[in-house]
Amino acid sequence: MAALRSSSARVLAAVSRPAFRPVAAARGMANLADGATQSQTAAPEKSPKLKTFQIYRWNPDTPTEKPRMQSYTLDLNKTGPMVLDALVRIKNELDPTLTFRRSCREGICGSCAMNINGTNTLACLCRIPADNSAEMKIYPLPHTYVVKDLVPDLTLFYKQYKSIKPYLQRDTPSPDGKEYRQSKADRKKLDGLYECILCACCSTSCPSYWWNSEEYLGPAILLQSYRWLADSRDERHAQRKDALNNSMSLYRCHTILNCTRTCPKGLNPGLAIANIKKELAF
Amino acid sequence: MIAQRAGTTALRRVAAAPSSVFKLAPLVQTRTFQTDKITPADASAILAKQRLSRPVSPHLEIYDKKQTWFGGSAWQRITGAGFSGALYASAVAYLAAPVLGWHLESSSLVAAAAALPVAVKGGLKFLVAWPFVFHAINGVRHLAFDLGIGFARSTIIKTGWYFWGASIVGGLYLAFFM
Repeated sequence: MAALRSSSARVLAAVSRPAFRPVAAARGMANLADGATQSQTAAPEKSPKLKTFQIYRWNPDTPTEKPRMQSYTLDLNKTGPMVLDALVRIKNELDPTLTFRRSCREGICGSCAMNINGTNTLACLCRIPADNSAEMKIYPLPHTYVVKDLVPDLTLFYKQYKSIKPYLQRDTPSPDGKEYRQSKADRKKLDGLYECILCACCSTSCPSYWWNSEEYLGPAILLQSYRWLADSRDERHAQRKDALNNSMSLYRCHTILNCTRTCPKGLNPGLAIANIKKELAF
Repeated sequence: MIAQRAGTTALRRVAAAPSSVFKLAPLVQTRTFQTDKITPADASAILAKQRLSRPVSPHLEIYDKKQTWFGGSAWQRITGAGFSGALYASAVAYLAAPVLGWHLESSSLVAAAAALPVAVKGGLKFLVAWPFVFHAINGVRHLAFDLGIGFARSTIIKTGWYFWGASIVGGLYLAFFM
């Protein structure tokens, strides 16, 4: 419903931008029929801007069938600007069996992480390039077990996250019995770390993580490790560092830096890992 | 949502009463499919079976070629491994040369190289010079990474290409002007 509403609202908005904006209609639960009639009456017919999406398909109900790429063609004039809009529209109008995760559609939940045109990103933050008619290729996150279509199995990823104890560990009570305070400078150290939404884009972009995911923690989890190492309120720095100080957990990072290049939130897992290495070394 | 559901349930109850069927029957939602209840053990058995058949999603072949094929880190390792391998191979060959009757002394190698045309000589030298220059200067880049320098996204992308360019220029210089 949300998708229908947003696409029809967008049609309305596009149609009526210069003259007037039917606020009530655009904001209400307008249905597809409303949008269609509006566009017929008000807009001169635009030439369709067709774009083909090639999407990875695999169905667990027929496990012997090999994964395949399926093409869907959409008219971009009737589609929202983001890849997620296109996926939702394909699912609504062309093929209801297409399976993918999505939730917030604004880059905060990390559900719609997938490989789009060769790099991992969030479908909701990735614009459909409108200036060319090249096909878009959409795969699930690389080197993950596929549950169905674009849905990867992230069980291991979450287990690894749990293994680094991602919570404040502290024995000393705060002096005034209220919250644990930290200076502005200490708080600043957490900027660029706490914003991570654990979408797994960076970890699954890392060739080292592709080959060693059983033992290597991967950029996302290491960024989270550093988030707790950098926290002035945490009192388990030594144990946290000990847990990372082996050949696999941390040092499978060879500064390939695909992680930093792919992060859809603009964070820097590569730098966080370098900082952990520095803390362990000096 | 809950209120709505309660309303539907009430409607259903009313609909079940014979007196009002004719009025409310069209409002009652009917489902054409049925779900089966399964035990947690059965559910995990299905999951375990499905996990065995899950494919691994494509990786190296679909990831951005600029990053997978021109990654400085990968080529640092390839060039380093190449030089180590070449060192071992040449050392072993040098040891085995007297036994096998090869002539690998410096003087004979110099004489053999001098006889080659400039292009071939330079080309062969470039095959060694480029990996050498790349490994040397990209190694400095990795030392900077170890100090936490040069991690901005634009810096990573730019310096990556700069180091490719510089290593090719340096390799050509060593091959043809030294």
